[in-house]
Amino acid sequence: MKFSLLVSTSPASSQGAMTAYQFARAAVSQGHEIYRVFFYGDGVLNANALSTVPQDEINLPRAWDEFLTNHNIESVACVSSALVRGILDTDESARHKMAGVSLLESTQIAGLGQLVDASIQSERLVSFA
Amino acid sequence: MQRKSLTFITRQAPYGSNKAKLVIDAALAAAVFEQQVNFLFMDDGVFQLVQNQNAESISSKTIGRVLETLELYGIEQALVDSVSLEERDLSAEDLAIPVKILNVEQVRQLAARSDVVINL
Repeated sequence: MKFSLLVSTSPASSQGAMTAYQFARAAVSQGHEIYRVFFYGDGVLNANALSTVPQDEINLPRAWDEFLTNHNIESVACVSSALVRGILDTDESARHKMAGVSLLESTQIAGLGQLVDASIQSERLVSFA
Repeated sequence: MQRKSLTFITRQAPYGSNKAKLVIDAALAAAVFEQQVNFLFMDDGVFQLVQNQNAESISSKTIGRVLETLELYGIEQALVDSVSLEERDLSAEDLAIPVKILNVEQVRQLAARSDVVINL
């Protein structure tokens, strides 16, 4: 089946983000396709490349990055949610004259049209809120 | 672009978190892309509809003005879960915009006939 994921919770404050990641892994391991992962609201913090965690905890942004890259899965951080939380790619960082880049390499910044498109193209949109 | 029916269910009170705004933004985006959009208020989401709200004093945006834009984007009817209203001692007269009130069975049917249901 072709899935898309809507992830709207932060890895630092909600189990929903980890559940989304584990769902994505389970789906791929069972041969399903993931069309797109859409990070929305606090969910864009899953794409924060600057996140550091204690040694005995899982760095979820890093885990997402490896997973999305290894399986060639598209992921998008909602532009308005991302900018307000300091999740910036090279272009946005330059445009707003910020000091650095914080977006995962595997993820792109784009608008809500990508969520609408994911809803239309996928057989199931699964929301982790 | 293919046309599907998308049902957005907004379940959070208006100002404690930005979830209410996220659902509205996503629904408006779907409407802009010419999808068939249903917008349902449920659980604490019904508090978004209470009239005479003013969020200026908490430096936030009053949600009623945003809800009024739903119709401009082609989201013709705001839907409300009747049980959520009753549980909070609210009725249609308390609400800022005209709504269609759905009973439990109608909510079930709405979800069943939608291609996509987005719950926040």
